[in-house]
Amino acid sequence: MNALTPVRAAAGSTTELVVEGMRCAGCIAKIEGGLRTMQGVVAARVNFTSKRLRIDHDAALDDEALIAAVARLGFTAHLFAEASESPARRESRRLAKALAVSAFAAMNVMLLSVSVWSGADGATRQMFHWLSALIALPAIAYAGRPFFESAWTAVRHGRTNMDVPITIGIALTSGMSLFETATGGPHAYFDGAVMLIAFLLGGRLLDSAMRERAQDSVAAMLRRLPAEVAVLGADGAVRRMAVAEVEPGMRVLVAAGDRIGVDGVVEQGESDADRSLVTGESAPEPVSPGGTVLAGTMNLTAPLTIRATAAAADTVIADIARLMEAAGQGKSRYVRIADRASRLYAPAVHTLAALSLVGWLVAGAGWHHALLIAVAVLIITCPCALGLAVPVAQVVAAGALMRRGVLVRDGAALEKLAVVDTVLLDKTGTVTLGRMEPVSGIPVLEEDRRALLALALATRHPLARAIATALEGDGVSPAIASELKEVVGRGVEGIVDGRTARLGRGDWVCPAVTTPTTGAEDADAQSETSFAWADGAVHRIVLADAVRPDAVAAVQRIARLGLSAQFVSGDSWPVVERLARRLNLFARARMSPADKHEAVERLEAAGRRVLMVGDGLNDGPALKRASVGMAPAAASDVGRQAADLVFFGDRLMPVPLAVAAARRTMRVVRQNFLMAIGYNVLAVPLAIAGQVTPLVAALAMSGSSILVVANALRLRSAAR
Amino acid sequence: MNIVGVLIPIALLLGLLGLAAFFWAAGSGQFDDLDGAALRVLLDEEPGEPPGPLPPSR
Repeated sequence: MNALTPVRAAAGSTTELVVEGMRCAGCIAKIEGGLRTMQGVVAARVNFTSKRLRIDHDAALDDEALIAAVARLGFTAHLFAEASESPARRESRRLAKALAVSAFAAMNVMLLSVSVWSGADGATRQMFHWLSALIALPAIAYAGRPFFESAWTAVRHGRTNMDVPITIGIALTSGMSLFETATGGPHAYFDGAVMLIAFLLGGRLLDSAMRERAQDSVAAMLRRLPAEVAVLGADGAVRRMAVAEVEPGMRVLVAAGDRIGVDGVVEQGESDADRSLVTGESAPEPVSPGGTVLAGTMNLTAPLTIRATAAAADTVIADIARLMEAAGQGKSRYVRIADRASRLYAPAVHTLAALSLVGWLVAGAGWHHALLIAVAVLIITCPCALGLAVPVAQVVAAGALMRRGVLVRDGAALEKLAVVDTVLLDKTGTVTLGRMEPVSGIPVLEEDRRALLALALATRHPLARAIATALEGDGVSPAIASELKEVVGRGVEGIVDGRTARLGRGDWVCPAVTTPTTGAEDADAQSETSFAWADGAVHRIVLADAVRPDAVAAVQRIARLGLSAQFVSGDSWPVVERLARRLNLFARARMSPADKHEAVERLEAAGRRVLMVGDGLNDGPALKRASVGMAPAAASDVGRQAADLVFFGDRLMPVPLAVAAARRTMRVVRQNFLMAIGYNVLAVPLAIAGQVTPLVAALAMSGSSILVVANALRLRSAAR
Repeated sequence: MNIVGVLIPIALLLGLLGLAAFFWAAGSGQFDDLDGAALRVLLDEEPGEPPGPLPPSR
């Protein structure tokens, strides 16, 4: 082993990333093989189905290094901020086991039942009934637990839910059937009871797969702050100190490339700050003595000395964290359509069964006969198809959306998305791609391009990085440069082939030549930088935040869906105005996170259903407060965590696509409800009249469930 | 009719075996990556390199 390798850290850690763009076996081999050769990586394993990558590595490697490594292999990766073994997954696993047991029991009991229905009687029927009991009772005891537990919890708190009639129905059915078997009666409903559990578990399992995952965004956000900062004492000594202990007035040293831990005023040093985390502005802002910096922003080019102006709990980022918590609580909890249905359904079922029991007693039937009929009513009304109606439709639609690049993080999101009437769009990173791209001025000559790439690779400045990415994308390889040095606040210079080349601010690169202005200002220009040989012409490179290629078409489709759309941006008015004109949208600029949150709140209070599309930390509170939040996959951790849906890729079309798919889904859900209830309306009179034999119950139950599932499968092409 | 007394226990036993196999498969993560397995068969792995998620032994 390499002698320079640091001693393998005892505390290895595991990171899970979401990887975009994996399509084939080659991709798996490339990622896994590429990472395994990386120093510090112990193992890498791709999960192709969920597009995740699990890496076991030394604790010394941080997330960003791993994401960069995956990027070098040609894939985009994002941090997956979720515990690998979440409660939702454990629940799904438990339901899957229960479903397996109940389905096994249902099939075997059904085999025995069929022979009873086809005429077996006497000792054979008796034996088959006992065998059925032997199979069904343990299976019910095991597989029914999810319902029994939930019903018990509800009853203990004096409430009722869908599980209460189910539990009573199953318990009564099993009890009655056992009694029938023991007394040699003709009808045992073991098949019905077990099949009921199997169908219901199928619905629950699908529902659990769609359950919303823990949204731990606030914790993820505060992780962006360094845990400790270097504080310059009055005596000139530098001490490391936890961020939480920093008080206003303390002087903090921040090295180039480090994240700033406190809000403060710059005392010494000139640098650029990447504030995209807090403001969403993609262009770096220069900072100089007297200027303010915010916690969570990145100090890019030179060391700074900062006088803290706020304690850790009062920083802007901490304010946003509090705002998000408040937004999460202020959001009225959406009542899922299935829950609303069951609220009406459970009492109706109870009443109906009790009424038929009383009715038959009054009509002079014996206790035994009346109870049998009540049990039949409970079985027939049990919400089998109803339990499947919503989850099957949502799972199929979510699968269709996933194939079109939209990840649905929460099943209820589709229900809420279907009724949305207003769309708020953030600008940076949402309508635009959120990354600078050179639009003009890149030199044409190969040697110029190679020298430019060599210089651009020598600095962490975002503009230089953007240039480097673009050139590397074109297949340019860097020239060999010597004496590379970075001049703070100016740019980089180096010697290539014996000639000095510079990349940086125009007046520094070539002070003698006044940079020629291109007449009218380029429409979307946001930043520019210059590149020149010491003795050559100046290349003025203009970079802009590229608009998503299909933004215009997507906004038009949003309008065609009958949604009113508007911009809410943290950027300055001139920048926003140009884009708003191009997309023909109403826009508001210079909005702080609190402003965005308030804008959403005001619309929601006025009865609108808002879909917020945003990416940054600054959109976090608004994403959480809105009826539905949607974020691009390239968003900040916070944005992705706060959103209900995440869309992949460079296109904006997934936004209207998701709304259209959600509306189709809800249409199918309503049809499903109608079918399930229609079946009950037809079958219940039969049950009350005492005409439902175990055979009829079994046929009706499976028939309506299959109908509902088949109808939901039509949604496979919902995303279009 | 006596043959039923033999066949039913056999059928149940076989069914239980299948159930046990499912429990094992679910517990050991066989269903975690359904699409990946179909593609992994195409990878050329160096002989001796461990196929699964195990780290290369050192």
